[in-house]
Parts: sequence; structure tokens; C-alpha cells
Amino acid sequence: MMNNAITYDLIAALPEIFVLCMAMVVLLVSLFLSARTLYVSYILTQVTLLGAAFITVSTHIPAVGYAFNGMFVDDPLSDILKLMIYLGTSMVLVYSRSYIALRGMYRGEFFALVLFAMLGMMIMVSGQHFLTLYMGLELLSLCLYSLVALDRDNPRSTEAAMKYFVLGALASGMLLYGMSMIYGATGALELSQINAALFNGMADRSVLILGLVFVVAGVAFKLGAVPFQMWLPDVYHGAPTAVTLLVGSVPKFAAFAFVIRLLIQGLQVLTVDWQGMLIVMAVLSISIGNITAIAQTNLKRMLAYSTISHIGFLLFGFLSGSMNGYISSMFYISAYVLMTLGGFGMILLLSRKGFEAENLDDFKGLNQRSPWYAFLMLLLMFSMAGVPPTLGFYAKFTVLQAALQAGFVSLVIFAVLMAAVGAFYYLRIVKLMYFDEPQDHAPITPSPDMALVLGINGMAILILGLMPQRLMELCAYAIAHSLQ
Amino acid sequence: MFESNILSLSIWVPVLAGILVLATGNDERPGLTRWIALLGSIAGFLVTLPLYTRFDRADGGFQFQEGYNWIPSFNIHYHLGVDGLAVPLILLTSFTTMIVVLAGWEVIQKRVAQYMAAFLIMSGLMIGVFSALDGILFYVFWEAMLIPMFLVIGIWGGPNRVYATIKFFLYTLLGSLLMLVAFIYLFHQSNSFEIVDYYMLPLPLSVQLFIFFAFFMAFAVKIPMWPVHTWLPDAHVEAPTGGSVVLAAIMLKLGAYGFLRFAMPIAPDAAHYLATPMIVLSLIAVVYIAFVALAQQDMKKLIAYSSISHMGFVTLGLFIFNPLGMEGGVVQMISHGFISGAMFLCVGVLYDRMHSRQIADYGGVVNTMPTFTAFAVLFAMANAGLPGTSGFVGEFMVILAAVQENFWYAFLAATTLILGAAYTLWMVKRVFFGAVGNSHVAELQDLNKREFVILGVLALMVLGFGLYPQPITELTHATVEQLLTHLAQSKIPG
Repeated sequence: MMNNAITYDLIAALPEIFVLCMAMVVLLVSLFLSARTLYVSYILTQVTLLGAAFITVSTHIPAVGYAFNGMFVDDPLSDILKLMIYLGTSMVLVYSRSYIALRGMYRGEFFALVLFAMLGMMIMVSGQHFLTLYMGLELLSLCLYSLVALDRDNPRSTEAAMKYFVLGALASGMLLYGMSMIYGATGALELSQINAALFNGMADRSVLILGLVFVVAGVAFKLGAVPFQMWLPDVYHGAPTAVTLLVGSVPKFAAFAFVIRLLIQGLQVLTVDWQGMLIVMAVLSISIGNITAIAQTNLKRMLAYSTISHIGFLLFGFLSGSMNGYISSMFYISAYVLMTLGGFGMILLLSRKGFEAENLDDFKGLNQRSPWYAFLMLLLMFSMAGVPPTLGFYAKFTVLQAALQAGFVSLVIFAVLMAAVGAFYYLRIVKLMYFDEPQDHAPITPSPDMALVLGINGMAILILGLMPQRLMELCAYAIAHSLQ
Repeated sequence: MFESNILSLSIWVPVLAGILVLATGNDERPGLTRWIALLGSIAGFLVTLPLYTRFDRADGGFQFQEGYNWIPSFNIHYHLGVDGLAVPLILLTSFTTMIVVLAGWEVIQKRVAQYMAAFLIMSGLMIGVFSALDGILFYVFWEAMLIPMFLVIGIWGGPNRVYATIKFFLYTLLGSLLMLVAFIYLFHQSNSFEIVDYYMLPLPLSVQLFIFFAFFMAFAVKIPMWPVHTWLPDAHVEAPTGGSVVLAAIMLKLGAYGFLRFAMPIAPDAAHYLATPMIVLSLIAVVYIAFVALAQQDMKKLIAYSSISHMGFVTLGLFIFNPLGMEGGVVQMISHGFISGAMFLCVGVLYDRMHSRQIADYGGVVNTMPTFTAFAVLFAMANAGLPGTSGFVGEFMVILAAVQENFWYAFLAATTLILGAAYTLWMVKRVFFGAVGNSHVAELQDLNKREFVILGVLALMVLGFGLYPQPITELTHATVEQLLTHLAQSKIPG
């Protein structure tokens, strides 16, 4: 009996264990590799992702399983999010390989840190207990802080890392403080026990609400929702683009899971209380994100503000407080990550040794330099603006219909008006690519793997926009089989 | 299989032809690209012909229907079908695409493949708008067609093209997004995105007013109605000739079609409730915008304002709620498609030679371009509503219908016969007649064969429908009757 329980625990956490072991292998192996043979680390990392995906798929069952005395959960939601994380991380590595190689960051540490960061995300996705959730979050954050500072001779990166670290630590502190309040009020750290305690109405409400405020603030910081968005543009701008690509994409899956676990599985009874906070943050994020983005001349900063507005839309799904809403949020975050990967992938594509293609003007006349990549960027921009027939349209459509179903008519109208404001700055990129003459005439020569993956990434935006049903079903499956 | 998929073919043949043009496009040797595009547009026209020949004119409902599950999660279907209102507009679209491809033949030298592909793809998407019977499918086509138009104006347009195209896009997007909210609202009421289900859905007046307003925002911008028309003169002036033709001939009709397909039948009580304000807005467009047209110095701008004024007739005809007015509105839509397209092509002919659209730069063109002048005067007369041209039929029907409703509506609408003649003929006088204005005009070459064919075909259309409009009224009659019967029934529950 005892043995069975331990075996189950190990199987449930097998992907995490595998990634942990491989991360250490990569770190060790890299010590013995010369600059010429370092591609072995890259391949090992990709193999790790493939292996983890294999393990996750083969241990998948359409039911919820708890492990380690309820601290850890293996449900369809965690499995599917983990698969998306592997895929996203793998794309991040493909896109950033030549970029980091040209900037002296092609070292074993890079791959090990990416794997450890991914391990943190996986733990967040599977966390069912305040401590596991917090541990995953910190593992992820610490890796990201170091990755941002990896280009250590670059003062801008160092500054960005410092800001990220200080503000991130503050947010973790708030989160921890809030968690301790909730612990004080309910006497439990495990999500299901907290939910049960709240359901029985045994908790002290004033302490609870105070704790909730801090938890929501901590979560909002990690998501980058207004008014906790200050770090985001600076970090996106300051970090090496390959790292921005990582910071901006896959960890959003973990943040999504974090919200689901904390607010919905743990604190569902307080829905009315956190709903109000999310409404305020959603409205502020959409307006400040979209309006400030118009004023940006740096593409990375523009995408950072665009992220803030996307987070606002994501919150629309959560604040609907229904299954429909959570499914639509998951769809939104999947679409968002795919678009972000493509967007930063394009910046990496145009960058070369000693040149960062991060200003808007660097995209001028792209249609004349390469109609194919201009077309992919066009798809990405229209998708971010939510124009059909792209994936971004259905992302907006699903969250808006969820919010409308919950009765938030005026909020939805406000959101669509802001979406029209947001369309302006995406259109500006299209304008630069198609209507202006190129300033930069360097040939675009990506490696074959990058060209292939970026092409698939861009076309996926169109194809999923024409046929979104599979992805919607996947999200519905994950949520419906994981939340009761 | 092809029997039942005529509509799908009508949509996807031009789109695939556009993709083929992009794939084989070569800017060094644009000859091949042009021929592929022309063949694609002819194929696109041919596949729409069965819609005319096989259409059952006694049936006012939807024909040629196709339905497949598309996104079952939200009960969204790929559901197509056309009635007597959509068929003439679809034929107009596929016909205009051929004209546009021919019109851009030598004129466009920069990125030929992208230009041709944009128009082919746009043609398919616009036919999709006319044949979609599912709200989301309609919305997808509606928005998607903005993308090629945005690029067409922005890449091949005039000096102020960026401002014009972004204004065009944002104006239309803003209107459409409210329509999306209305669709989602209706979905939550009926658990369906089928337009036919919306027709049957009872709705209280307050909700109907909200829905009507949301659709109004989308469609009034597109028509465009006064006071949301300001994007149109900019877009028209900056767009290349082909873009102006498609804008005037088809895109403006999408708005009026939207009123007939969505706003009025889904919210009939609101439509009746708001009929007077709508008529007033239409009359302002007819009269006030005609005066604005009178003051223009730029030929394209003048025709753009004239389009707004003529589209005022269409909305006037729709909101009088009688068969004559509504059919008159539809005839006016088709006729305006030919006439405005032809007028913009005439300006294009001049602009290609002189690179100016200013009326003041011309004078006495008849001396050097007699054949062209004959065509231009014909189209100008048609634009002014001369009997015997198609421009007369629609206006006359709408005025007749307006007399039955209210004398003053008819009186104000009829002033357009004077004002329209004033601004059009004054422009003709200043551009074509009088002494040769300057040395550039003296060197003008008359029409080449390609231009002659294009304008000749359009002239035949304008005269043909002017003398014998039955082919259009026959198609629309049963549908208009059915629509008016539907509109007469209140949808307010209880």
C-alpha cells in the first residue's frame, strides 16, 4: 500500500524529475564541451523537451490525481499546459540559437537556466499547495532574473535584471504575506482544504479579504496587469531579445495555471471579491496598455505594452467566473503565446551580429526585402489586433462572449473600443513593412530550422484562425476534466 | 458535387487564383502574372453565372444553400445561401473584378503580383460577405476583406495614402466591433449564429434598439451615411483607380446589403421606430453632400461625394418600407456600381496621362480625346440620372415611392436631379469642353484598345439596365416582397 502510494507519487511527478535530472546533466556536460562542440548541449536540451513530452503524454489519464499528500496534482490541465510549455520552450530555443551564439551567450548555463526555469513553470502548473506553488514561482523567477542579466557586460540588461529582481522580490513578498493571512484565517495551505474551510464559512472574513488582496496583487505582478506592470516594459526592452522571447512567452502558461490554482481552485468561494479587483485591473490594463503602446518607437517596448493589454483581455475570461470563461482564458493565453513567439521571433530573424532589429524603423520596407516574412509579420500583427481570419480574432471572441454571458455588457463595449485603439499601432507596423522604402538592405538569412519553425508559427496563426475548433476542444477538455 | 457548391466555388476560385498569382508572381516579368490574374478573374466570373441562370425567381427565400459544421464549440456553421438581394451584388462583384484586373494592366508597374492577388482575394471575400448566412462567417469575411483593401490603398495609393488607409481601416473596424458584440449578444439569446434563427427571435424594443444601433455603426460607416462619411473622400482620392472602383462599386453596397440582411429583419420594430431619423440622415446625404460635391476641385473627390449622395438614395429607398422604394434602392445599388466604377475609370484614364486629378489642370480634352469624351459624357449623364441610363431607373423608383410616403421626402430627394446634373455637368464642362487648357492637354492620346473595351462594356451595361432593368427587378422582386412581409410583423414578445 505504502509502496504503491510512493510509486504513484513518482509517476505523477515523472516529467519534473526527468527535466531536473536532464538540467543537471546539461550543466555538467557543458563543462567538458569546447565552443565547437557546444551544440551538444543544445541538442540535449531539445531531447529533454522531447523526452518530457513523451513522458507527459504516456502518463496522461483524463482524471485528476493527487500526489505527495495533496501537494502536487496531475490532471489534464497540467498535462496539456506542460505540453504547451515544452513546445513553446523548444521554439524559443530554435529562434534564439543563432542570436545568442553571435552575442557570446551560447554557453551551457543558458540551456541549464532555461531548463530550470521550465521546471519552475511545471511545478507551478502542478502545484496544489501554497508551498509548491510558491516554490515553482521562485524557481522560475530566479532563473529568469539571471537570464536577463546573462549578457553581463551590457549595462541595460544589468539594469533590467536589477529592476526585475527588486520588484519581483517585492511581489513575491506580497504573495507570501497574502498566503500567510489566508493560512491564518483558514488554517490550511492545501488548496482543496482552503476551499473546504471557506465553503464551511469558518474563516475570519476580514483577515481573509486582506490576504486575498495581497495574493491578487502578487499574481497581478507576475502577469503584468496594471497597476503592477511597471517592470514589464523595462525588462522586455533591456533583456537580450532571446531572453525577452522566453520571459514574454511560455511563463504566461504558468501564470495562467497559477491564477486557476489560487483563485479558482483555492478561493472560489471569494469569487465576488476577486472579481471586482480583476475588473479594475482588466479595464486599466486594456486602456493603459493600448494607449501607451501607441507612443512607443521601440518594438520590444511596444510589444511589452501590447502584452499588458492582452493580459487585460485574458482577465476578462477569469472575471466571468464561469467554466466558459476559464476555457476562453486558456484559449486566449495559448493564442497569445503563439503570437508572442512569432513576434519576437521576427525581431530575432532580422537581428544579426552587432545589430538589434528592435526599432520600428528596422521593419521598414520588409515587403521588398522578403515578401514571405513580411506576410508572416502581417498575419501576426493582424492577429494581435484581433482581425479575422486569424487566431487572435477567436481569442478575443471567446473571452468577450464569456464576459457578455456573465452580463458585463458595458465592460465588453469598452474592451472592443479599446481593441480598435490598439489596432492602430499594429497597423503601423504593417504600414512600415508594406508602404515604406527599406532603410536596411542586409539579406535575411535565417538557419533552415528557424526558417521552417517561424514559417509554421506564422501559418499556424492563419490556419488556427480558419479552424480553431481543435484548440478550443483541447482547452475545454483540459478545464472540464480538471475543475469540478 | 459542383452543382451544390456554386457559392463555395464563387468564393474560393478567386481566392485560390489570388494565391496562385502570389506564388507564381515575378516582378521582373509581370506579363505572365497579369494573364494568370485575368484568367482567374474570368474563371471567378464564370462560376458565378449559374447563380443567375439557375436562380428560382419565384422563391424569395435562400437558395444554393450549403452548410457544414465549422466551430461546433460555439455552434458556428459554414453556412452559405443567397436570395434575390445577394445574387445581383455577387454578379456585380465578380464582373467588377475582371474590369479592375484589366484596368490595372499597364498602369500598375510596381509589385504587380501583389496588386492582382489583392483584388482577386478581395473579390472572393466580398462574395463571401454576400453569401454568408452565419453571423461569425459573415463577420470573418467582412473584416478579412479590409486587409487587402488596406494594402491596396497603402501600397499603390497617392501621396497621402497612409493617412487615408489607416483612417479607412480604423473607421470600419470600430463600427464592426460593435456589430460583433451584437452577434455575441444574439448568440447568447438564441444559442445560434444562424441569421435565419435571428429573424425568428423575439426581442423587446429596448434590445432591438441596441442591436439596431450596433449594426447601424457597422453599416452606416460602410455606406457611408452622413455624418460618418468622412473616411470615404480620403480613401477614394488616395486609392489607385482599381481600389476606387472596388470601393465605390462594391464596398459601399456592403453597408446597404447589411441593413437589408441584418439590421432591418433582426430588429424590425427598431427599424420602424427609427425610420424617420434614418430618412432624415439619408436626405441630408442626398442634398447636403450634393452641395459639397459642387464645391470640389478634385475630380475623384467630386465623384466620391457624388457616391455618398447617391447612396443616400439607397438608404432612403430602404427605410420607406414599400416594395417600390426597396426595389428602387437595389436597382440604384447595381446601377451605381457600374456608373461610379466607370466614372473612376475615366478619371483613371486622365490621371494615367496627366498625373493630375485637379479639374483646373484640364480643359478642352474633347479636342484631343474625342472617343474618350463620348464615354465620359455618357457616364456623367448617367450619374446625373438621365432617363435611358440605369442611373435614372433607381432614382425614379425611389422618388415615386417617396411621394407615396411624404411629399417633402420626394421633393428633397428630387432636388438631386438638379444638383446631380449641376455638379456632374459642370465638371464635364470644365474638363472636356472649351478651349484646350494647356500644352499637356494638347498632347493627350485617345483611348487605347484596352481602355476602349473596358469603358465600352460598362457603357453597354449602363444603357442596357437603363432601358431594360427587368433582369434585376425580376431577381429581387420575390425577396423584397418576403422581406417586407417579415418587416411588417412585430418581434416584440407578449
